[in-house]
Amino acid sequence: MVFTNDSVDLLTYHAKTKYYRMRETKRAVLILEDGTTFEGKSFGYEASTSGEVVFNTAMTGYPESLTDPSYEGQILVTTFPLLGNYGVPPSDANPIMSEYLEDAHIHCKAIIAQDYSWEHSHWLAKRSLADWLKSEKIPGIYDIDTRALTKHLREKGSMLGKITIEGCGDVDFYDPNLDNLVDKTSTEGITLYDLAPDGSFITTPINIENPVLPNSEKKTVVLVDCGVKHNIIRCLTRRGVRVVRVPWNYDFSQIDYDGLFISNGPGNPDYATETVEHLRRALNEDRPICGICMGNQLLAKAAGAKTYKLKYGHRSHNQPVRQAGTNTCFITSQNHGFAVDSTTLPAEWEPLFINMNDGTNEGIRHKTKPFFSAQFHPEASSGPKDTEFLFDTFISML
Amino acid sequence: MTNTDSNKKTIKKVLLLGSGALKIGEAGEFDYSGSQALKALREEGINTILINPNIATVQTSDGFADKIYFLPVTPYFVEKIIEKERPDGIMLAFGGQTALNCGVALYENGVLNRYNVEVLGTPVRAIMDTEDRELFVKKLDEIDIKTIKSEAVDNVKDALRVANTLGYPVIVRAAYALGGLGSGFCDNDEQLVSLTEKALSFSPQVLVEKSLKGWKEVEYEVVRDRFDNCITVCNMENFDPLGIHTGESIVVAPSQTLSNDDYHYLRALAIKIIRHIGIVGECNVQYAFDPASMDYRVIEVNARLSRSSALASKATGYPLAFVAAKLGLGYGLFDLKNSVTRSTSAFFEPALDYLVVKIPRWDLGKFHGVNREIGSSMKSVGEVMAIGRTFEEAIQKGLRMIGQGMHGFVGNKDFKTDDIDHALADPTDKRIFVIAKAMQNGYDVERIHQLTKIDRWFLYKLQNIINTSVELAGYDDLQALPAELIRTAKQQGFSDFQIGRAVLKEKMTDSEKTTLDVRAIRKQSGIVPVVKQIDTLAAEYPAQTNYLYLTYNGSQNDVEYLHDHRSIVVLGSGAYRIGSSVEFDWCSVNALMTVKREGWRSVMINYNPETVSTDYDMCDRLYFDELTFERVMDILDLEQPHGTILSVGGQIPNNLATRLDAEGINILGTSATSIDNAEDRHKFSAMLDRLHIDQPRWRELTSVEAIQEFIDEVGFPVLVRPSYVLSGAAMNVCSNDEELVRFLRLAANVSKQHPVVVTEFIQNAKEIEMDAVAQNGEIKAYAISEHIEYAGVHSGDATIQFPPQKLYVETMRRIKKVSSQIAKALNISGPFNIQYLAKNNDIKVIECNLRASRSFPFVSKVLKINFIDLATRIMLGIPVEKPHKNAFDLDYVGIKASQFSFSRLQGADPVLGVDMSSTGEVGCIGTDTSDAVLKSMLAVGLRVPEKAILLSTGSPKQKADMLDAAHMLHNKGYKIYATGGTHQFLNDNGIPAIRVYWPSQPDMQPQALDLLHRKEIDLVVNIPKNLSSTELSNGYKIRRSAIDLNIPLLTNARLASAFILAFTTIPLDDIEIKSWNEY
Repeated sequence: MVFTNDSVDLLTYHAKTKYYRMRETKRAVLILEDGTTFEGKSFGYEASTSGEVVFNTAMTGYPESLTDPSYEGQILVTTFPLLGNYGVPPSDANPIMSEYLEDAHIHCKAIIAQDYSWEHSHWLAKRSLADWLKSEKIPGIYDIDTRALTKHLREKGSMLGKITIEGCGDVDFYDPNLDNLVDKTSTEGITLYDLAPDGSFITTPINIENPVLPNSEKKTVVLVDCGVKHNIIRCLTRRGVRVVRVPWNYDFSQIDYDGLFISNGPGNPDYATETVEHLRRALNEDRPICGICMGNQLLAKAAGAKTYKLKYGHRSHNQPVRQAGTNTCFITSQNHGFAVDSTTLPAEWEPLFINMNDGTNEGIRHKTKPFFSAQFHPEASSGPKDTEFLFDTFISML
Repeated sequence: MTNTDSNKKTIKKVLLLGSGALKIGEAGEFDYSGSQALKALREEGINTILINPNIATVQTSDGFADKIYFLPVTPYFVEKIIEKERPDGIMLAFGGQTALNCGVALYENGVLNRYNVEVLGTPVRAIMDTEDRELFVKKLDEIDIKTIKSEAVDNVKDALRVANTLGYPVIVRAAYALGGLGSGFCDNDEQLVSLTEKALSFSPQVLVEKSLKGWKEVEYEVVRDRFDNCITVCNMENFDPLGIHTGESIVVAPSQTLSNDDYHYLRALAIKIIRHIGIVGECNVQYAFDPASMDYRVIEVNARLSRSSALASKATGYPLAFVAAKLGLGYGLFDLKNSVTRSTSAFFEPALDYLVVKIPRWDLGKFHGVNREIGSSMKSVGEVMAIGRTFEEAIQKGLRMIGQGMHGFVGNKDFKTDDIDHALADPTDKRIFVIAKAMQNGYDVERIHQLTKIDRWFLYKLQNIINTSVELAGYDDLQALPAELIRTAKQQGFSDFQIGRAVLKEKMTDSEKTTLDVRAIRKQSGIVPVVKQIDTLAAEYPAQTNYLYLTYNGSQNDVEYLHDHRSIVVLGSGAYRIGSSVEFDWCSVNALMTVKREGWRSVMINYNPETVSTDYDMCDRLYFDELTFERVMDILDLEQPHGTILSVGGQIPNNLATRLDAEGINILGTSATSIDNAEDRHKFSAMLDRLHIDQPRWRELTSVEAIQEFIDEVGFPVLVRPSYVLSGAAMNVCSNDEELVRFLRLAANVSKQHPVVVTEFIQNAKEIEMDAVAQNGEIKAYAISEHIEYAGVHSGDATIQFPPQKLYVETMRRIKKVSSQIAKALNISGPFNIQYLAKNNDIKVIECNLRASRSFPFVSKVLKINFIDLATRIMLGIPVEKPHKNAFDLDYVGIKASQFSFSRLQGADPVLGVDMSSTGEVGCIGTDTSDAVLKSMLAVGLRVPEKAILLSTGSPKQKADMLDAAHMLHNKGYKIYATGGTHQFLNDNGIPAIRVYWPSQPDMQPQALDLLHRKEIDLVVNIPKNLSSTELSNGYKIRRSAIDLNIPLLTNARLASAFILAFTTIPLDDIEIKSWNEY
């Protein structure tokens, strides 16, 4: 083969383009609590950090995941190697109720990928992932063998880790499971969410001491916020109910409601003892109750069942669940590290969904009363929405 | 596998329809899907019957189906087989459009009902809903799914109304106007009025359609069971925006520019569609997707396994065809296990931790007159899939895999483009390299995006590659390269060659040495690729299979290498192309099976997603990766195998012999030195001279004068093979000075650097193939077959008969003797093929390949002796016995016939020559030559004519050759039309014929073209006399019209005679319906 004129092209190239050298990035090291290290480069905020390292096998949805309160205290490893392709959608139109994200700010402690896309492309994108991480002071690292890291976590279980970025000093390991993360991510006040006829959100603060709601023809759902994803609120209000979001430890019996919804949330369900207490009283009544994720675990605990920590959790968009006793199966979005032990369910309760990969519990229901919950995320965001009909099921019970 | 549902159907015998010969648009992917379906049925203990005349496929091998019929997949033959076999069920989804169309016809004419055959999987009604455009739009309208619609209007007012309903931009097409005359895009009312007025001035009607120019094209592969459980196994995004057929597009999986909302919006629609249509099994949904909103249109739904589903299977590790077959039997997805983890459920959606890039392979250079622009119809003949952990890595791998001399996105031989803007906006098969050129010329991403509408994200990634190449070019000494830069380059998929060229530039004189230098330097710095597994779940669960690829984006291997020297590495055949396709996949798969059976670890390297050899259950380790010297060495470094087999994957592995040997690789079978002695024209020729074996005279020449001198010695015609081709085909036959001068001036460049090989061309000689297997220079098994056509038709295009029926015993004996001499001289151990010319009893050697040839599966299956199994055992050092059977024992005949895809290649002259142009083949067995010829000709799409035949039978010799056939046509009562000379000749010989006129005689009636257009002719025999330009242009118009009007065409006198003899002597009803094992 004859070499022709690449060198000529090169000169033209230099003349015509803004020629830039390889990107300067700071070295970053991920150190796991068992001493394993992975070396990469920084693309986000430049500061060292620590948390629990977990992996998610979803191939899309990083803006949603980063803002998902269930990731509080965790360092997120995305197994899909490319990150940042489509940038970040606008986030600040309404700080109480974001349009595209799951909360007003990022909950992950850091994000780790194989390859970061410095340039993004999407009509909705307002900025790059790197810019967003920098503004939120969240580190991001790439050029890490995320598959090797994931296999390590799969074999050894989720573990603590820290990221040290060149020139940014060291930090201690931090175990988020020792904190009451539900308390950390829950709301402080009470807010009423309603949809205006034009589809826009109306949010009304409610006096926490004297929670009187304005009159409405709509049914009222109390949403116990254990670290709620905004899409749960969107899914409920879109179905014609108004939602009263209350703190995780609030005694919601003071409110006149038609149905009760227990949200998702981060960490160990054992910390949410007050929620379980309140729920236990609600179980004595007949008003419909629904829970998602942490909500499933708290409902189970209130019923008298036990929960336990999974080795490395379920975090993905492709978890198969089967409705117990049927041939009906669903692909679900999941993000949880703890699970309900089905064998500890009391007699009047039964499993509603079962994970088809590992047989773990994916939901429970009361045999006679309108109480049910799902371990997975029917509201998705991110992930498939094949089980969003569960909101309809709940609404139809009201 | 457990079956939890009692309603499962009790099916005992299933008929599966294959797709026939490989053709453009319907290729190897259906061998893969059919093989998987057969495996799934076998596992259930179901008796399987396969109809597929494609004898080179893996699915038509021992051990896949219980009974195989090498017969045409047409309603007539399938009905005959149903009548004979009485199956309970039929599967239509695994043999492409051929099987689907045939199945719908059998349903519509009541055959399935009459014989009580149940269609397994998607019901025929649902298939028809997706196949008929009108029904399809109506069906999707029912659930408010948007499709691409157009409305016909006959006035400007209505055009305005339609345009405003659809929303601008719209495209206006003038109806009944050829070549898009009067069509165009409109962005507003004003433009619409002006264009519509113009269009209506020469067409009574215009179509107004929403323009989706520049929209993204996205596909989903969807699976549904009869319990209504649905999954999407994979989505894919086209690099090229809408307007370029998905078979012509570079495709990436999973999608890269869709947000979570986009992805799941389209996913949910796909599930809604599949439920509404009622698919049971697999289908794909193609969307056009607005790059600036979430607006979409459904382009089409394929209610069957497709090229995309084969790609999706390979891209994800999810065996779509296998699962679809199980669902057709009544299983639920929840009954089935993930075949990679073997512990988790098959009801799941694969999570990828890599991405794949599919790139089409075109062979447009092989055709005269073909339009090179790519667009809405498919022209590519094959494809590759590259796996990586960055886009840059995957696309550069893929561009090398295509195998057309490219080294990746950069570092290639420069090519001429006068107008980059035009070449970007009107894409050809070279567009990706035009992008590289544009970037090197300073075009920025925005400008290229505006011209191509390719999403900026892809262009940014390509820009990264350019930037790194510029960075590399800043050095001029390999030793000075920083390790970090080498690592970055490798992470972006640069080969050692690309790095070497970027750094050394014109100083790189010995590329093989430079490549080795780069390799040594990077290995010193520990820059080596790692092996990763494809496990369907992104490492969430451990994989039980070894479906592997290599990447520089990672630090740890997934495989623990034992270095026990128990591996045997088999190199596959790469992308399907003209000249190398499914036959080498059959060889590779059979070699793997023997390796495994003999107790070795079978290891495959290949990257063609349309193959069975890249099925991870065909071997112990599958490296879905490049077959370049560099990558093969990387894999051999890791595997440290006992040995490597190069002789079953065609020319790509064969070409690596010398370089691998130089690195001390243990090549099993015939030595690299012998391979070189056969491949090197001079060495081989000298050897033949030493052995006193005759060969056509040839010479390698460097000037026109020298060529003239040589021709004075041997006479015309001669075969001219330039080593450097400017344009068009690589070789040509020249019959006179005029042709020679024209060819040398236009097509070739003769010089010291670019010599031309000129060979005497022996006319009216038979061409004979010797396929054989030898051990230590002694032939153990052989098959001699003869071409129906005289020499001059490429052996890949020729019709081949085995055992030979018209060869002298003396000729056979000489061929055997000469072959034995050559086998001994080259000390052959393994498969080989020698091509001979025979005239009277003189034989001459044309070519010798020390590897399996295209005809190995054909002769193995006809003779029922597996040549590859034998060859592989020999290569493994196992002593073998000579099989007791030989061709003289056969009381039947096999015919291998070629499939052409000219109808897809707009403008191409459908004439056969010394360069190969067929895209596939069939092989049929019959009691005699005519029986087998008839079956095989019908299997490649010819039809028995009903009324009239047009003859233009070429030179006087060819006319005489065809006289008998003309008599038979006349006696059978066919109306014969003939052009001038032929008409005269027929009349002189007492055969009545109607004279028709050439297009160059427009004032005379009747015109041949008019008769074709009026469909008054149903077979055209047009034999080009010579290569003179008027002859070519007149004949071209007739040949091309026959192709465009779907009228069977034959261009070779001997083949035409054989076909005419067959259909005039054997009534359709008398064709034997026998399965392979009944012979």
